Amino acid sequence: MQTAYDPAISSYYVNDGLYRKLVEDFTDWQREELVVTAPELRDHFRLLIEREARLLDELRFDDWLAMYAPECIYWVPGTPGGGDPRREIAISFDDRRRLEDRIFRLRTGYAWSQAPKSRTVRLVSNVEVFATREGAARMVRSNFLISEFRVDGTRFLSGWCAHRFVHSAERWQIQVRQVNLIDCDRNLRNPSIVL
Amino acid sequence: MPPMRIGGEYGSRPVERRMLEKLNASSIDSVERYDWDELVQEDRVHRLIYTDPAIFNLEMTNIFGAVWVYLGHESQIPANDDYITVRLGLRPIILLRDSHGKIRALFNRCAHRGTTLCRKDKGSARIFTCPYHGWSYLNTGKLRAVPWPDGYACDFKDAKYNVAQVPHVDSYRGFIFATLNPDAPSLLDYLGPITKPIDEWLDRQPKGRIRVCEANRLKYKGNWKLAYDNSGDGYHVVFSHRSLLEMENRQADVANKGMSYYKNSPDTAPMYIAYMGNGHHFKDKRPNIERRAGGLWAVEGPAPGSEHYAEALRRRFGAKAEDILDLASSEPVNINVFPNFSLLGNHIQVFEPISVDETDVTWYGTAVVDEDGTLDGAVGDINALRMRTQEQFPNFGEVDDLANFEEIQRGLACREDEWIYMHRGLGIPGRVKTHANGIITAPATDEVFMREYIKEWKRLMKATPKLAAQREP
Repeated sequence: MQTAYDPAISSYYVNDGLYRKLVEDFTDWQREELVVTAPELRDHFRLLIEREARLLDELRFDDWLAMYAPECIYWVPGTPGGGDPRREIAISFDDRRRLEDRIFRLRTGYAWSQAPKSRTVRLVSNVEVFATREGAARMVRSNFLISEFRVDGTRFLSGWCAHRFVHSAERWQIQVRQVNLIDCDRNLRNPSIVL
Repeated sequence: MPPMRIGGEYGSRPVERRMLEKLNASSIDSVERYDWDELVQEDRVHRLIYTDPAIFNLEMTNIFGAVWVYLGHESQIPANDDYITVRLGLRPIILLRDSHGKIRALFNRCAHRGTTLCRKDKGSARIFTCPYHGWSYLNTGKLRAVPWPDGYACDFKDAKYNVAQVPHVDSYRGFIFATLNPDAPSLLDYLGPITKPIDEWLDRQPKGRIRVCEANRLKYKGNWKLAYDNSGDGYHVVFSHRSLLEMENRQADVANKGMSYYKNSPDTAPMYIAYMGNGHHFKDKRPNIERRAGGLWAVEGPAPGSEHYAEALRRRFGAKAEDILDLASSEPVNINVFPNFSLLGNHIQVFEPISVDETDVTWYGTAVVDEDGTLDGAVGDINALRMRTQEQFPNFGEVDDLANFEEIQRGLACREDEWIYMHRGLGIPGRVKTHANGIITAPATDEVFMREYIKEWKRLMKATPKLAAQREP
C-alpha cells in the first residue's frame, strides 16, 4: 500500500471510502460459501491470531504493531453488530496514529489506569478463515477470552474478533481488526488494556 | 392503620416510617446519629460521606429523588411511543414519549408484584406487558388489561393498579430531568444561572440542536461524589492526565494541544471556576483559547481522519471551513448540574450511583444535526470527525481519573485518618469573588466548587423531603 503520507503522522486514509467499506462490506465472514477449508491456510491464519494474542500478553507492542498494515484500523464497537462509526461513537476506533498514541501513552509511566500494569492471558479459538468478494483480502473470525489480573482481582473479557488481512510485502498484514466484546454496550470498568 | 399514600419513600409512608425508626434505633450505622455539620465543614469533609452505606441509602432519597435528576435526552426518544430504560438513583425507569407525545418517566415496576415491565435498553412500544403474569399497561401508565379478570373482586379502574410514575418530568432544551419531590422548585429555577452556559454550549451547534449518538460507558469502584468532585477540578489535570497531555503533543510543533493551557500558571490564566447555586458549577476554559474561527480546531489533538476531512472541507468551503471544523472540536467547558449531569467537550456525561462504592459514568456522544442544510452537506463529514475526537478523552483521559477515584476509595479505608481536604483557595484575600448575582468565581484550580456544592448536599441531607410517585387517575 503506497502512500504519499506517513499514516503514523497524518491521517488521510480514514475517509468516506474506508467507513463505507467497514459499514457495508465487512461481513464476508458471514458468507458460508467463502469459507476457506484448506488446512494449511487455516493453520497459517490461526498462528497469526495466536501470535497476536501472545505479543499483547507480553506487551510487545512494537512487534504487535508490525503485524498491522501501515494504514490500519483497530475498532472496538460500542454497539453489538458494530454500528455505523460515522454516526456513532465507538469504544475505540483507532487509526495507525492513534494506535501508536495508545502505545505511547501506556509507556509514559503516567497512565494511572495501567500503573501497575494488568497481567493478561488470552485464549483464542474457533478460528475460521474466509475468502472475500474482493479476492485479495482474507477475513478471519475468532473467539477470545482475556483473563486480566490487576491490583485487586482477576476478571474476564470475552467476545469475538473479525480480522481483515491483506497481502503486502510478502506477508499477510492486519488491515482491520474489529473487537466485539459481548458486553460492549454495558458500562465497563477500566477498559485500558489493548484488547 | 391510617390509609397508605402512594409511593412515599422516606418519611411519608407511615408503615415504612415506623419500620425505619425501629431499624435506626437498633443500627449503629444509622444516619440518625450523624451530625452533618461535623461531617461537612468549611475546609474538609469526613470520609464517611463516601464510605457509609447508610449515608448512601439516604442520598438515594434526599438527593436522587428530591432534586431534579437528569434522565436522558429528547433525541433518544424522538417519536411517540419511543422509550429508553434508565435509572433515577436506584429506581429502574422507563423514560418514554407516550402515544400522545407527552414525556413520562414510568417506574419500571409492575403494579401487581413488582416485576420490571421492560428489559430492553430502548425501543418503541404502545403497550408494556408484564412478562410474569401478563398484566398490560398503556405507555401513559394506565392499566390496560389483566388476564382472567373474573378471578378478582376488585375494581381495576382504581388508580392504584396503574403503573407508578415520577410526577415531575421536564426538559430544558432537550435535556430531560425528573424529581419525586412535590416541593422542588421548577426545573428552570433549579437550573438557575447555569442555563446560560448550557445555552451557549447548545447555540454553537447549528440551530442549537444535538443528537445523542451512543456512548463511552465506564464504571468505577468508588462513590459517585468522587466523579462530581472531579467535574469542576482544574487542579488535577496536569497530574492525573499527564500521559494524555504528553501523548497528544508528541508530534506537535508547539505543545498547545488539548488541555496544555493548564501546564503553566493555571491560577493566573483567564479560565475560571464559577459556582452557580443549587450545587451546580461551571469551569470555563474558553478564555484560554484564541477566539476566532478555527481556534478550537487549532488546539484539538490529532484524530483519525483529521487531515483528510480538514483538507476536504477547506477545499470545498474555503474560510468557512474553520467554523465547521470547530464543531468537531472539543468545547473547553465543564458545565456541571448537580447531582449527575455534565456537559464537557461535546459530551453529555452522566453519573449513576450503583452502591456506596460503585458508579457508572457514561459519556454520551453528541452529533451535529442539520435538517435544513445550514452546513451545506458538511454534516456527514463533520460528524465522522466529531465521533473520533470524542473518543479520545474517555480512552486516554477518563480511564486515569477513574483509576484515581478507585484509589481514593481504597485510601479511605484508613478509618483513623478521617478528613478529605478541599481548601484550595480558601482564606486568600481577593482570590474568591462573590458577584452581585450570587455567582462565586475563583481561579480554575480552586476547590471552591467542592466547598459550595457540598454545602448544598448537606442542606439536602438534613431535609426530610416527602417524595411521592403518582399514578394516572
